[in-house]
Amino acid sequence: MIEVHGLTKRYGPKVAVRDLTFTVRPGIVTGFLGPNGAGKSTTMRMIAGLDAPTTGSVSLNGQRYRDSVAPMAELGILLEARAVHTGRSAFHHLLALAQTNGIARRRVDEVIDLVGLREVARKRVGGFSLGMGQRLGVACALLGDPHTVILDEPVNGLDPEGILWVRNLLKGLAAEGRTVFVSSHLMSEMALTADHLIVVGRGQLIADTSVVEFVAQASGTVVLVRTPQASELWELLTGPGVRATIVSTGQLEVRGLSAEQIGDIAWEHHIRIHELATQQASLEQAFMEMTRDAVEYHAYPPSEPPLGQQPAAVGGSR
Amino acid sequence: MTAVLPRSARDTHAGMKVTQARVITSEWTKFRSLRSTKITLLVSLVLTIGVGALVSAVTAAHWDHLSLGDKASFNPVVTSLDGVLISQLAVGVLGVLLVSGEYATGMIRASLTSVPKRLPVLWAKLAVFAGVVGSLSIASTFVAFFLGQSLLSGKHLQTTIGAPDAFRRVVAAGLYLLLIGIIGMALGGLLRNTAAGISALVALFFVIPPVLDLLPASWSNHIGPYLPSNAGMSFWGRPDNPHLAPWTGFAVLCGWTAFAIILATMRLHRSDA
Repeated sequence: MIEVHGLTKRYGPKVAVRDLTFTVRPGIVTGFLGPNGAGKSTTMRMIAGLDAPTTGSVSLNGQRYRDSVAPMAELGILLEARAVHTGRSAFHHLLALAQTNGIARRRVDEVIDLVGLREVARKRVGGFSLGMGQRLGVACALLGDPHTVILDEPVNGLDPEGILWVRNLLKGLAAEGRTVFVSSHLMSEMALTADHLIVVGRGQLIADTSVVEFVAQASGTVVLVRTPQASELWELLTGPGVRATIVSTGQLEVRGLSAEQIGDIAWEHHIRIHELATQQASLEQAFMEMTRDAVEYHAYPPSEPPLGQQPAAVGGSR
Repeated sequence: MTAVLPRSARDTHAGMKVTQARVITSEWTKFRSLRSTKITLLVSLVLTIGVGALVSAVTAAHWDHLSLGDKASFNPVVTSLDGVLISQLAVGVLGVLLVSGEYATGMIRASLTSVPKRLPVLWAKLAVFAGVVGSLSIASTFVAFFLGQSLLSGKHLQTTIGAPDAFRRVVAAGLYLLLIGIIGMALGGLLRNTAAGISALVALFFVIPPVLDLLPASWSNHIGPYLPSNAGMSFWGRPDNPHLAPWTGFAVLCGWTAFAIILATMRLHRSDA
């Protein structure tokens, strides 16, 4: 269990994390979601004691990480930035870390096999691909068979097979009763892996909710209507609980009415309909909607001023 | 709240605990598993012995052509140890690299998450460095001494290890190298950057001393002897005038080393990694 209370981190005038409070429970996978620069890595570094909070506190299973007798049995962490000396072999890297906590040498071989690095274990880490580096990071995190596993963007640089492997690994670790806290800037990835979500933007808590609830909230449907009589239809549809907007000539976006209801109203008033389509808001869109105001770095098409409805291009898919 | 773990995991946890001895074992693994460390150490040993032998051989060969002044200041012990003047840079760089290399690669984050109390990592690094580099440096100054004496013996200029001050100078030269290396480690930990650490080391030992000589003698005579390089020289080598007594010089260099280590300790303890 990770308990974060009133956590704030300031770097000079810049506030990276602002008054964060949340709890990560054992037995489930908790996703830590937010756009780039939202303070996810900083929060994770503070949990691991690498950065000291400006104010607030973090505890792991009720104690400060620094005070644990066998730290690697308590917490295994994969940081987003590499934490390996490139001149050393994977085996010696893991061995040196294992020795600090008195972890047996056979456990080193065990985790090397577990992440599938046996063939390259004696090679210098400097020559590793991004995916192999991630696997080594996961091996480090699992070395002490820890109660709590924290992985910062673990699927970065992994191929589809590797992504599936991480997904199953996380679920397996949670099923064994461990606390699993994994960050991502991709909602779609989290929807497949996590049971619970902690969403942050600009260092602040935006949501602390189960994935099921998040999906339910997000699936507010939009009906797209194409009609040559858009303004007439707009007048007919607008009413309490209904939001209709003319998005372009001959196109309406309607919220609060089903496609059937819209079709019936149009039929009664002799309005010609060329297209009637229900659109499910994707989780990615819901996430972007939620964090739009909290995105640190916006990207706008050069022609468009940053005023319109354009959400930031964060992990967008086409 | 305790997490439930499978039986196999509980076996892994049996006996797990951070101890200073274990962190030292870990640092020894780190030390011996890096090619750059081993090469730098080898270079320093070769320089201590090789340059000492070279200076001894050249001195013997040109003895008949040396000025009276050079002959008067000749000391067979110091001549055979002259390689230390060059190899100190390699040992200092090794010290910087051992610490700054962890910051440059990000390894420090892994080191400090496995030992979150942090300071045991620094103590372990110092222990391994003192054990390995200290003993090899002292061994190398002995080799340099005996090799140098055999090269000087052609002109009957040699001395023996039993001669006054000979043993003290030979051990002191090895200790001097060790202390320079430790100052290098402290600089690596303070600056967390290889280039900056090496620059600071070079400035401290090779730039500041000659610059100080440009100042009026009334100033440089009072400050000069207390610089780490000159203080060190006074207990093993051929110090500039004026200089400190050998053991005073040793104490002053130890003081500099302790000061650097204290600063590095504070930085490690307080700063974000």
